[in-house]
Amino acid sequence: MMRSYLDFEKPLADLEAKVEELRALGTDGKAIGIADELSRLEAKAHKALVDLYADLTPWQKTKVARHPQRPHCVDYIDGLLTDFTPMAGDRQFGEDEAIIGGLARFRGEAVCVIGQERGADTQSRIKHNFGMARPEGYRKAVRLMELADRFGLPMISLIDTAGAFPGIDAEERGQAEAIARSTDAALALGVPSVALVIGEGGSGGAVAIACCNRVIMLEHSIYSVISPEGAASILWRDATKATDAANSMKITAQDLLKFGIIDTIVREPEGGAHRDPAAAIAACGAAIADSLASLGNMGAEELRNSRAEKFLAMGRKI
Amino acid sequence: MNWISDVVPPRIRSLLRRDTPENLWVKCPESGQLVFHKDLEANLYVVPGSGHHMRIPAKARLAALFDGGTYEDIPTPEVPADPLKFRDVKRYSDRLKENRAKTGRPDTIMLAAGSIEGQKAVVAVHDFEFLGGSLGMAAGEAIITGMLTAVERRRPFIIFTASGGARMQEGMFSLMQMPRTTVAVQRLRAAKLPYIVVLTNPTTGGVTASYAMLGDVHIAEPGAVIGFAGARVIEQTIRERLPEGFQRAEYLKDHGMVDMVVKRTEMRPMLARLCALLTRAPVEPPLAAPEPQPA
Repeated sequence: MMRSYLDFEKPLADLEAKVEELRALGTDGKAIGIADELSRLEAKAHKALVDLYADLTPWQKTKVARHPQRPHCVDYIDGLLTDFTPMAGDRQFGEDEAIIGGLARFRGEAVCVIGQERGADTQSRIKHNFGMARPEGYRKAVRLMELADRFGLPMISLIDTAGAFPGIDAEERGQAEAIARSTDAALALGVPSVALVIGEGGSGGAVAIACCNRVIMLEHSIYSVISPEGAASILWRDATKATDAANSMKITAQDLLKFGIIDTIVREPEGGAHRDPAAAIAACGAAIADSLASLGNMGAEELRNSRAEKFLAMGRKI
Repeated sequence: MNWISDVVPPRIRSLLRRDTPENLWVKCPESGQLVFHKDLEANLYVVPGSGHHMRIPAKARLAALFDGGTYEDIPTPEVPADPLKFRDVKRYSDRLKENRAKTGRPDTIMLAAGSIEGQKAVVAVHDFEFLGGSLGMAAGEAIITGMLTAVERRRPFIIFTASGGARMQEGMFSLMQMPRTTVAVQRLRAAKLPYIVVLTNPTTGGVTASYAMLGDVHIAEPGAVIGFAGARVIEQTIRERLPEGFQRAEYLKDHGMVDMVVKRTEMRPMLARLCALLTRAPVEPPLAAPEPQPA
């Protein structure tokens, strides 16, 4: 697949294009003595990449978090789980594929997984409603969480959504109630739970399945009360101020770790998860395994209480 | 502008303005009818003719709710202010100062304890005048305090919601009030204490999507806007006009999200009855034949 570049990656794109040109020349066997030039340019492009990604602004991270080639929920399920057995429906109204989930094995152990899937092309994006769940999605999540609780399965939750779907049908069927009940169910779990923000953690639609014993974020993911664009149009009354909004709202993994709102950050491959999805997914697997191991000896009551106390303590000391 | 507006501090100015004739009459937004302000206050800010429910100040709400108009003020805890040092077109710290001066309270939530027709309860009220009743750390902590006070005293907990949702200026600290308040709701539930939510105009966003939709009983005031996403956001997303009465109290009742729509003037007996039934309180005074009412 052609690599797609973000607007702020323009200088990097130019460098990498030159590298590609030289490489093509080299394989043609026409040019002699380009090896030195190639390795010099390669080193330069690599340094530009590392430097750029070492110091991304919150708005740039927002774009990386939404990168079209960034690995999605289904990629993590493929890469980290075996025996994935998807389950469907909320048993009340319908099946919402914005949230997928089911039973699986993680490193051999039975687990329950839920996650938001945005889709990777037009067809799958429509199928998954761009990762924006309706009440049915959250009610399916509640069903799966209760199943996990009953059968003692650890829960893994993968967060990647712009937010819950804002539509007439969603409101009609109680979007707010569905989100509230999902948060409620997550906080009531007597099994270990781990949330991993893989892309965008958008507001209440993300919180609904993210209230876990451990909350992990990828290095360039974001987690926010409202999208930078939304904040810009409400607080600045100017949709073009998204950069200012992103900078002010403290939405990066680094800020949220400092504030004690998340527990761990997973480092991404150089240039972001989309440059090496397999490595990014493997690093997440290790972080999930660590988190589950740290919760392994706790009983149901202890898991519930320590989770509740963790959330109650948030913001009390900053 | 004259020397008065330049020199006199805003609070005194508003006292002066109170005496100007145009404030003595309030126009009903529904029927256009003019109501004398004293009549409106006496009717709990419900327009006598049209039945339109105007916003009632938090203090007036509490005074009208409790027996004899008296109640115990429960102090709300202090929280770290402005954790993000946030600034949009204005500094958040300045917005806080202005709203404190305007309302005379530290943030949006007021907590009280008292008796409602003899039924003891702990009550929280969102003051919409304070930054749109938005849910930030102060409001979240106050609600938690209210719920835990109810647990401690073994009383039902009642909340009157009025909020535009999360307080964006506090970023993720604001979003985290959704799980934090939910933990406190779970404590009420574990203690088997009634939790009654009265949804008033407007209740939207993260407030609806957390404690406002987790009550044992949901009551809505007539005509109140209640929902998750704002109407403008929905219209922009789906590019459709919204149906008549969308996200109103009556619509929520039709769609199974609230148990009843109750007029403000009838709220007190309904809350007292629910508290009594849910706590299995004996009927007091003993049942007697109702006195004949004058026609």
